[in-house]
Amino acid sequence: MTLLEVDGLCVNYGRIEAIRDVTFAVEEGAVVTLIGANGAGKTTTLKTLSGLRKVRAGAVRFQGKDITAMPAHLRVPLGISQSPEGRRIFPGMSVLENLDMGAFSRADRVKTRSADLERVFTLFPRLEERREQLAGTMSGGEQQMLAMGRALMSRPKLILLDEPSMGLAPKLIQQIFSIINDIREQGTTILLVEQNAMQALRIADRAYILETGEIVREGTGDDLVADDSVRAAYLGGDV
Amino acid sequence: MTFLLNNFVELTVTGLVLGAVYGLVALGYTLVYGVLQLINFAHSEVWMFGSFAAVWVTVAIGAGPDSGIAVAIGVLLLALLAAMVVSGAVALLIERVAYRRLIRLDAPKLVTLISAIGASFALAEIMGLRDRLAEALGLRDELNSYVRSARDNTRFLNPLETHGVFNIGRYTVSNVDIIIIVSALVMMVALDQFIRRTHTGRGIRAVAQDSEAAALMGVNRNRIIRATFLVGGVMAGAAALLYLMRFGVTRWNAGFLLGVKAFTAAVLGGIGNVRGALLGGFVLGLAENYGSALVGSEWRDVVAFLLLVVILLFRPSGLLGESLGRARA
Repeated sequence: MTLLEVDGLCVNYGRIEAIRDVTFAVEEGAVVTLIGANGAGKTTTLKTLSGLRKVRAGAVRFQGKDITAMPAHLRVPLGISQSPEGRRIFPGMSVLENLDMGAFSRADRVKTRSADLERVFTLFPRLEERREQLAGTMSGGEQQMLAMGRALMSRPKLILLDEPSMGLAPKLIQQIFSIINDIREQGTTILLVEQNAMQALRIADRAYILETGEIVREGTGDDLVADDSVRAAYLGGDV
Repeated sequence: MTFLLNNFVELTVTGLVLGAVYGLVALGYTLVYGVLQLINFAHSEVWMFGSFAAVWVTVAIGAGPDSGIAVAIGVLLLALLAAMVVSGAVALLIERVAYRRLIRLDAPKLVTLISAIGASFALAEIMGLRDRLAEALGLRDELNSYVRSARDNTRFLNPLETHGVFNIGRYTVSNVDIIIIVSALVMMVALDQFIRRTHTGRGIRAVAQDSEAAALMGVNRNRIIRATFLVGGVMAGAAALLYLMRFGVTRWNAGFLLGVKAFTAAVLGGIGNVRGALLGGFVLGLAENYGSALVGSEWRDVVAFLLLVVILLFRPSGLLGESLGRARA
């Protein structure tokens, strides 16, 4: 079943077209990745899916329902959550308070709190150790884990991950990708935006390449990893 | 100098009383700033309307200082309720009329500021012209005791008789002094807990720290903005009654100076910082009192605003210097 359909999406920043006629779909249970260079429109796409950017043309459907004009805060209870670029954790709140913010829109958040926290702490044991720490004082890797854990607290059907590996040490990147795999295995659909294209393609069921606001290639992750022109352009030349 | 030393206790207690009022009004500035990064210049009128609501309730009931303690407390509580409700409503009205559309359009801050200043003048003048309004509506006779001499001082008859409770040195601390300081502290603690523990309070903190990330959590920013105006308004209403209990008069344009002082208190404590608002209020109240004892009471406002200038020069982020978002309160 198709969970998310994006159809001919156009988004502008003032007069500048940030993305143009972007069309793709995310199947339930899949990992789908958008890759591309800086400024290709990956983050704009995710922000638009979360309702943070106005759509100029095109449509977004979630579980068959048109949500193109739906305000951001109503999309979370519907089942879309995001771990944004730059983590955007609440620096003046503790780790626990940040995680509680993730469940802000859930009516049954009090009842399910301990189960939800346990799920997050199983994926990110580090967060449990730091539960009382002020989030702004944590390392970049820990903040990334917190941003992802926070996004899971709303029990999303679809989680949008924007550059989860940005600025992290190679060892941590491995860890984050292995956790992304765990999240998929728990049944959450993932739309992953990455500059770390090789890793993203390896984990993805389906991948789209964005170039200056347009989708220029698509295929399964394996297909694109094997493609020479993709390797040359996005995977650091001849590997 | 000897005047200051001889009257130190009195100056301190009355400074704290004044500071409590400043602090409660300052909360409205600080909360709205935390969430919107805007100075709500119409907040002074929120306080002013609350003060009139308190006066009118006591006029309507007609209870004087000789009606007994139980009646007095009942009347004061009713006046408190009326002031809080009216101030809260005026704050919501300001948000609706002067702000909401501009916020939605993401208008430049200067535009919004000017809109707020306009709302402030309009509200003050409406109160100052209430006799004409009543006349135009044909209600002049019915409302006469409320709209009489609209541009003069309006007196508040405190149903609670002021009496001494205990002495510190030569100064007798009164029941009203105690009520004002304790009420302000109770309101502050309640607000602190509200922001820290309640669902709405967490939403306010989240929007203050990162409004876009808050939206990604499912926080409805517009609802949080309204809640912030409402809470600030309710605090200003409480401050209005406390002010009247001590100073006994209000006026259509009394909001202006008090508003600027409360804004000063908010900046002193660190704008956006809830605990800073109360601290700033107390510091300002004390500084005004000590300062006017040293150089003469006609210099009171000079002392207050010089203090503001000095603090801004040497510690621009205020005494506690954190934003609403960063403060763990």
